[in-house]
Amino acid sequence: MLKVENIDVYYGNIQALREVSLEVNEGEIVTLIGANGAGKTTLLKTLSGLLKPKKGTIEYLGKSIAGKAAQGIVKSGISQVPEGRRVFANMSVEENLDLGAYLRKDRDGIKKDMERVYELFPRLLERKNQSAGTLSGGEQQMLAMGRAIMAKPKLLLLDEPSMGLAPLMVQTIFRIIKEINEAGTTVLLVEQNAHMALSIAQRAYVIETGKVVLSGDAKELQESDEVRAAYLGGL
Amino acid sequence: MEWLQQLVNGISIGSIYALIALGYTMVYGIIKLINFAHGDIFMIGAFVGFYGLTHWHIGFIPSLLAAMIICSILGVVIERLAYKRLRNATRIAALITAIGMSLLIEYTTIFFRGAQPEAYPDDAVISKTFTIFGTQISSESIIILATTIILMVLLQFIVHKTKIGKAMRAVSHDMEAARLMGINVNNTISATFAIGSALAGAAGVVFGLYYTKIDPLMGIIPGVKAFIAAVLGGIGSIPGAMTGGMVLGIVETIVSAVGFSMWRDAAAFIILILILIFKPAGIFGKNTREKV
Repeated sequence: MLKVENIDVYYGNIQALREVSLEVNEGEIVTLIGANGAGKTTLLKTLSGLLKPKKGTIEYLGKSIAGKAAQGIVKSGISQVPEGRRVFANMSVEENLDLGAYLRKDRDGIKKDMERVYELFPRLLERKNQSAGTLSGGEQQMLAMGRAIMAKPKLLLLDEPSMGLAPLMVQTIFRIIKEINEAGTTVLLVEQNAHMALSIAQRAYVIETGKVVLSGDAKELQESDEVRAAYLGGL
Repeated sequence: MEWLQQLVNGISIGSIYALIALGYTMVYGIIKLINFAHGDIFMIGAFVGFYGLTHWHIGFIPSLLAAMIICSILGVVIERLAYKRLRNATRIAALITAIGMSLLIEYTTIFFRGAQPEAYPDDAVISKTFTIFGTQISSESIIILATTIILMVLLQFIVHKTKIGKAMRAVSHDMEAARLMGINVNNTISATFAIGSALAGAAGVVFGLYYTKIDPLMGIIPGVKAFIAAVLGGIGSIPGAMTGGMVLGIVETIVSAVGFSMWRDAAAFIILILILIFKPAGIFGKNTREKV
């Protein structure tokens, strides 16, 4: 579904990604784990069209999307839940969800998906007229996910959904990610919480200072000494 | 009844400040730029209205609409030509460009038509004075207030109920997140300039109606006053600009009424200084804490 090959991405003169290659197949949950500053967010930004790769190719559903504008990428079915949620705090929960469906014109479909989001996150329904800035961190994460679902994505990119959340809330969020995936959306999950991420993903990539250093089956990586030492809190 | 009279006058001038202040605040809200050319767009609006009334003889409402349309096009052209390429530049660079743009519009106007002032015709609208509770209310005051209220209601509708309005609010809050929604940020910024400039154009026409005399440098002082109004209300806030404009208009009129008319302009700047010292966020300033 998504095939990234040897991309290099720079912030000005600073190289953030070095020859990163990665593949996501339809229906999978793939996770990308790594420490702070490894380049995880950079990769997602590049996939969403916020950054342009200097080198390499990105193929999505057989078409090149490297360097395409963000608008076109959302339209083609990739939506992102950004790091730190980035909800529109000055707007209501419902308005945030409406904005998720910004490029869609099928009113009935939007209404149906709105109902689906409220089913997945009943908490959002309770607070639909409340301004998003007044929500708790976990609720904002739910809103950011709901907002991304409103675009009706084929591929959902999630950037550290567990960040700053209480353990119980993390459990809930990961259960819902699984649900979304089971309903037919492919997921690329970026996480620092390697343990949780590996437990729901089929395959995983480990990124270090802009390079993919390990990849493979999520279960196998969970067992591997290298990953355990670096990301799962010792042996 | 003298006070009521001053209040009516204050609301009239306050409406004009409010209309201009809206453009300042909307543009600031979305690209964090104080568009100093905004007062000059107001001036262009006044002239378009003047030509509409005296040369093209199209009547008040069509002249008002013509001014709004031409100003909104001008606003978009300025943004695309001058400000767009500075979006990632330092704020001071954009600010200096805005001042340059202001001078360019002023002196281009003088180049083409000279610096001499013009006078709006007396018969632009039905001129009548009503006396209510001993207060004289001119039909011009009523038209100014009616125009302002209609435009503000329309603006509220656009900002809160339409797709482009929601996009504008989203972009002003978080440009990158807005991009992730598939919002075309460039078009949204252009729409903001178009709407803000149209309001300034309308303000120019009602200014001409109320004060009669217009000239190519007329935008400077009302432009600065509207900027003060926007800061007073809380820059970036639409209700703030409306309130700030009204408050400033009324304060100025009161200062004149109690016999300090020489101090009228100073009063506006004193307000600016006080607000910057004591409540820099303004009346409606955002004071939201971020959640991590």
